Amino acid sequence: MEINVEFGGGAELLFDNKKVHDVLLPHKEKEWILGDLLVWLKDNLLKERPELFLQDESVRPGILVLDTVNYVIKPNDRIIFISTLHGG
Amino acid sequence: MPLCSAKCGKKAILKRPKTGDAMCKECFFEAFENEVHFTITRAKLFKPNATVAIAASGGKDSTVLAYVMKLLNKKYNYKLKLLLLSIDEGITGYRDDSLDTVKQNRDDYEMPLKVMSYKDLYGWTMDEIVAEIGRKNNCTFCGVFRRQALDRGANLLKVDYLATGHNADDIAETVLMNILRGDLARLNRCTSIITDSGDGIPRVKPLKYAYEKEIVMYAYFRKLVYFSTECVFAPNAYRGHARVLLKDLEKIDPSVIMNIIQSGESIKVNETANMPSLTNCMRCGYVSSQDICKACVLLEGLNKGLPRLGIGKSSKVKRILNENKLKNNSCNINASTCCRTSTGDVEDIEDKKCLCGGSQTIKSLPVDKIMSDKLTI
Repeated sequence: MEINVEFGGGAELLFDNKKVHDVLLPHKEKEWILGDLLVWLKDNLLKERPELFLQDESVRPGILVLDTVNYVIKPNDRIIFISTLHGG
Repeated sequence: MPLCSAKCGKKAILKRPKTGDAMCKECFFEAFENEVHFTITRAKLFKPNATVAIAASGGKDSTVLAYVMKLLNKKYNYKLKLLLLSIDEGITGYRDDSLDTVKQNRDDYEMPLKVMSYKDLYGWTMDEIVAEIGRKNNCTFCGVFRRQALDRGANLLKVDYLATGHNADDIAETVLMNILRGDLARLNRCTSIITDSGDGIPRVKPLKYAYEKEIVMYAYFRKLVYFSTECVFAPNAYRGHARVLLKDLEKIDPSVIMNIIQSGESIKVNETANMPSLTNCMRCGYVSSQDICKACVLLEGLNKGLPRLGIGKSSKVKRILNENKLKNNSCNINASTCCRTSTGDVEDIEDKKCLCGGSQTIKSLPVDKIMSDKLTI
């Protein structure tokens, strides 16, 4: 399943400093929920400092996801992660 | 996603972090802007025809503040003259880059920009200070110096107000920090939407009730350009702990942030608590709760090779300063040359063998001594 993942607000620094990624998710028995994607991103796309992205099976409280972790991902979805940073 | 909860008929594309409401982009913009407008009008923040300096760092908060202020000023005819004021702390790989973003804001929002630097004001960049003090207490220096630098800039520009991008999360963090530290004087004033720095230029916080997550979301959907690198020196700051606590609490219930601010606003500090009275610094004249202001104490520490001098309690500082004074009561170098070159840079006092240890001349420059043309970019 092909989807589009976007990082912003500083979160892209953890992902090779690239904002937009086209991602091909491998086929699996059950449907992909957002929570699965988070773990998949951590294992496959994340380049550095995983503790700044995930905390206990969900994104760290400073990162915005525009829905819940139980969202069922559909093909060609666009999923955006934006980091909030202190300061400024 | 369901339909927009504002009943505009459009499909919702986001969930408001503050309320959990599903909304479309346009209705979210309107709700966010209306709330800032409501904050401004309810607190009667600005008088018409006033000049407002927006403290601009190039980060998300000040970028959104500048954008929303420009928009509301036009939409509701506040009749304000807006300009940008930036501080260059001298942090390589952070502020040098973010100042480019501020210059972008200047062009995009058509506002004049003034930059003040720590190097010009204090003789030290943050890079040099961190090299001296290490990474543990550097945010104390930066915070004290920036606060004063902004006030000096506001004075120089002769503005009526200084607006900062402090958001609801910042204020809630500060309330928590002041409780954790038992700092009742600060707890008492940290939630004020308008504060007088003592020299007549009020500081105002139009984004006081705006959630950090909504500011980021607003900037994202409005496609505003902002600088998003964490300060290279920040991770060790004490505020980080309060921030983590707050973000964890917000996850359980977002209204925690508003509730903490409301608690801070409603707390009445016991009259028997020791509240400092404000006076003026004996060295630089800046408003201070002690004889010598924090910036001058920190500078004296830096210039004497005792960088930890201003860290901790003011009673400890007084004792050390007195001991130094007794030891060095015979400066035999002319005060105009003592510890300073003609360009005003503080030299290595060990080389000069100056006996006053620099206390004669080490102070932040009075506002009228600052070369204003030097500070323009």
